[in-house]
Amino acid sequence: MSDLQTQTLVPQLDTIFPDWVRPDDRAGYQGYIVETEHLLAVAKALRDTYGYDLLSSVTGVDYLPEGKLEVVYHVFRTTGGPIFVYKVQVPRDNPVVPSLVPLYPGAELQEREAYDLLGIRFEGHPDLRRILTWEGFAGHPLRKDWHEPYFEEEAKPYKSRWPEGQVRRAEDLNPFADNVDYPAGFDPESLVPDADDTLYKTLFRVQQAQHPEIKTDAIVVNLGPQHPSTHGVFRMVALLEGEKILDLKPVMGYLHRNHEKIAERNTFLQNMPFTDRLDYIASMSNNFAYALAVEKLMGVQPPERAEYIRVIMAELTRIVSHFIAVGFLLNDLGAFFTPSLYGIKERELIVDIFEMVSGSRMMCNYFRFGGLARDMSPEAVQKTKELVNDRLPRKIDEFDRYLTENEIVRQRCEGVGVLTPEDAIALSATGPVLRASGVPYDVRRAEPYSIYDRFDFDVAYGLHGDIYDRYLVRMEEMRQSVRILKQALRDLPEGPIMTGKPAYQVRVPAGESYGRVEGPKGELGFYLVSNGKPNPWRYHVRAPTFINLTSLAPMSRGGKVADVVAILGSIDIVLGEVDR
Amino acid sequence: MNGKGILSGLLITLRHFVDTYLEDLKVGRKRYGTAEGIEMRRSSDTRGIFTIQYPEEKLPVPEEFRFVPFLVYDVKEDGEKAVRCTSCGICAKVCPPQCIWIERSVDAATGKPIPTPAEFFIDVDVCMNCGMCAEFCPFDAIRMDHDYEMASYDRHKHHILNKERLLKPASYYAEIRPTSYRREEAEKAAKEAAKAAARPPAGTAA
Repeated sequence: MSDLQTQTLVPQLDTIFPDWVRPDDRAGYQGYIVETEHLLAVAKALRDTYGYDLLSSVTGVDYLPEGKLEVVYHVFRTTGGPIFVYKVQVPRDNPVVPSLVPLYPGAELQEREAYDLLGIRFEGHPDLRRILTWEGFAGHPLRKDWHEPYFEEEAKPYKSRWPEGQVRRAEDLNPFADNVDYPAGFDPESLVPDADDTLYKTLFRVQQAQHPEIKTDAIVVNLGPQHPSTHGVFRMVALLEGEKILDLKPVMGYLHRNHEKIAERNTFLQNMPFTDRLDYIASMSNNFAYALAVEKLMGVQPPERAEYIRVIMAELTRIVSHFIAVGFLLNDLGAFFTPSLYGIKERELIVDIFEMVSGSRMMCNYFRFGGLARDMSPEAVQKTKELVNDRLPRKIDEFDRYLTENEIVRQRCEGVGVLTPEDAIALSATGPVLRASGVPYDVRRAEPYSIYDRFDFDVAYGLHGDIYDRYLVRMEEMRQSVRILKQALRDLPEGPIMTGKPAYQVRVPAGESYGRVEGPKGELGFYLVSNGKPNPWRYHVRAPTFINLTSLAPMSRGGKVADVVAILGSIDIVLGEVDR
Repeated sequence: MNGKGILSGLLITLRHFVDTYLEDLKVGRKRYGTAEGIEMRRSSDTRGIFTIQYPEEKLPVPEEFRFVPFLVYDVKEDGEKAVRCTSCGICAKVCPPQCIWIERSVDAATGKPIPTPAEFFIDVDVCMNCGMCAEFCPFDAIRMDHDYEMASYDRHKHHILNKERLLKPASYYAEIRPTSYRREEAEKAAKEAAKAAARPPAGTAA
C-alpha cells in the first residue's frame, strides 16, 4: 500500500485535476464537483491512487430551480477516516452519467435506484431497469415536479388540517380514478406483463456442458415473493443447472412506499417516527443516524447524559438485531423456531426497556435533534443493568454453546457463500458481511461518532467470509455490545437530556450533510440537503441491507439452491429498509 | 467426536424443557393468571415458560406507553367540562401523518376566533402512535392513551374519533400517567405562584 493510500490526508482534488474538478463552494456544501466526462478517470484515481476503495453511497438530487440533476458519490477508505464526497452535475432534460459499475460493482443496485426514482441514465450499466417501482409507473417520483396521486401540498403541515379542519377520509380520494398516470402507450387493462421475460433475459446464461452426452438446459426458478425463506416479500430469480446456481437476480420493491418522497414532504422533525419504519428491528439506530445527520446541519451537540443513553439504546438495538439475525439464520437452515424463539425471548426483555423509556416497543421515535424525547427513568436504568450485567452475557454464552459447535450448522455454513475481502469491498458490503470477509471496518472505530471514542471494545471480524464467519461475527459483536453497555451504564452521568428547548419546528440551515452510524446490519447513512426551509430538499437513506444485497448473486453463483436460502439469511435483510 | 456439538446443544433445549416444570413446581399456582406471576415471568431472571396468555392475562404497560391520543378536560366546581385544548393547532402541525383535523371556534357575533375547538378529529387508522402531539402540546391538553384494544369491524364508524369521543377527564389521565400528571400539576402550580408573586398586591399604588 502506498503512502497516498494510508495517509489520513484528504486529497485536494481541485489541485490534482485542476481542469476537471472544482470545489463545491455552495454555502454548507462539501466535496468536489467533477466534470461528467472525466468522472471515471477521477473515480479511478481516487480508488487506485488515493485508496478510497469502498463506494458507500450513490444517489441523486434534483435541483429543479437550477435545472440540474446532481449525482452524489460518497466513498471511504476501509483503513478508516472520514467519508469523501464528490458530485457530477447534468442537465435535467438529458441526465446521462457514466456508470461506476465497472470500477465499483457495488454501485449496481444503487444506480438502478437512482435511475428508477430520479431518471438518471447511467451509461455502461449492465442492467439498467427500474428496481423499486414497476414498469407501469409514470415518471420518476423523486423529481421535484412529480406529484403523487394523493397529492395535497408540496410540504406539510397541510393547510386543510387547521384552523378549518374538516375530516376527510383517505378512501374518498379514489386512487384509481383520474389521479393516476401511466406512461405514454401503457394500458393497464390490456397489460401482458413482459417484465419477467426481460428479467429472465438478463440472467447470465453460460452453457456449461457437464455431461456432453446428455442434452441439458438451464431452468429459471423463482424463489418468492411469497416464500418462507425470504424474510418478507422479496423475490430471487435463479437460473439453475440441476441444483447448481448459474446466476441469480434479486427482485425487490414489493414493500416500496417511497419513503424518501414522503420524507421530503415532511418537516425535519416529522421524519423521526418515519425512520423507525425502515429497519423496524433496529429503530433506535435509525433514529441515531438521522439525528446525527440533522445535528450536523444544525450544529448542535447533545448533552452528556443524552449521548450515553443514545449509545446504550444503540447497543441494545444491536443485540436485539443480532439475536433475530442468528435465530432466523437457523430457521433458514431448517432448525425451525427453537433457536429464533430463544433469541426473541431475550429481545422481548430488551424491548420492554425500549417501551419503558420511549413508550413503544418497536417504533421508538426516541431521539430528537440535540437530545432525546424523554429521560431514562431510574427503574429503566436498573432493569438495563440487571440484563447487561447478568442475563445477557449468560444467554449469549448459552446461545454459543447451543449452536456454534453444532455439526449440522457447521456443515451447512462453513465454506458456503464465500465473499473474498476484495469482492466484499468492491461490492460495497458493510457491517457484519464486510467484517466476516476479513475487513475489520467498523464506523464506530473508523470515524467515531457520538462518544464511541470513549469506550473500550474490539471490532469483531472473520477470516473466511463464509456464512459461518458471519454468524461468528454477530455472536462476537453481541459480546462487544455488552462490553460497551457495561461501560456506558457505569459512567452514565446525571444532567439534562436536551440541548436548548424542544421545538416542534426546528430551524435547519441550508447545506448538505451525511450522518452515518454502524447499524447492526451495516453502515446506515442519511444524506440530507436543506435549503433553509422547514422541510428537507433531499433526504436519502443509505440502506445497508439494500446495498448488501448487491453481493447476494456473486455469493450464490456456483452454490446449491438450498445454500441461497442460508446466504440470504446470513446477509440479514429487513424488507422495510430494502424497499423503503 | 462427531455429533458432540449436536448433543450438547440438545442438552440445552432439554434443560429449558425441564426448567418449565421445575419452575412451575417451585412457584406453584400463582405463576399464571396473577399480576405477581406476570411480573415474575418478565423479570430479568425469568426461567421456564415465558409467554403471557393474552387475553386471559395482559402485560401491564409502562407509564410512558403510547397508543392513540385523547383530549384532556378538567371538571369545574359546578360539574361542567373545561376542555384544556385552545385549538392552537400545534398538534395538527407537528403530526407526521397529518391525521389531526381541528376546527377552531369562531364567535358568531364578532367573527373572532375563540380559543376552544369547535370540532376535533383524529383518524386513528392513519395515526402512527408517535406521541409528538402530546410531546409538543403547550397546554397539556392532548395525551397518549393506554387503551390498545380498539379493533372493530367498521373503521368509518369507530376509528375516526371526534371531539366527543376523544375527551377524557383529567382524573383518567392522572390514573394512567401518575408521574407525568403530578409533574405537570406541580409545574403549573409553580407558574401560578410566580405569577401571583410578580403581580403587585392590590391597593399598594406605586
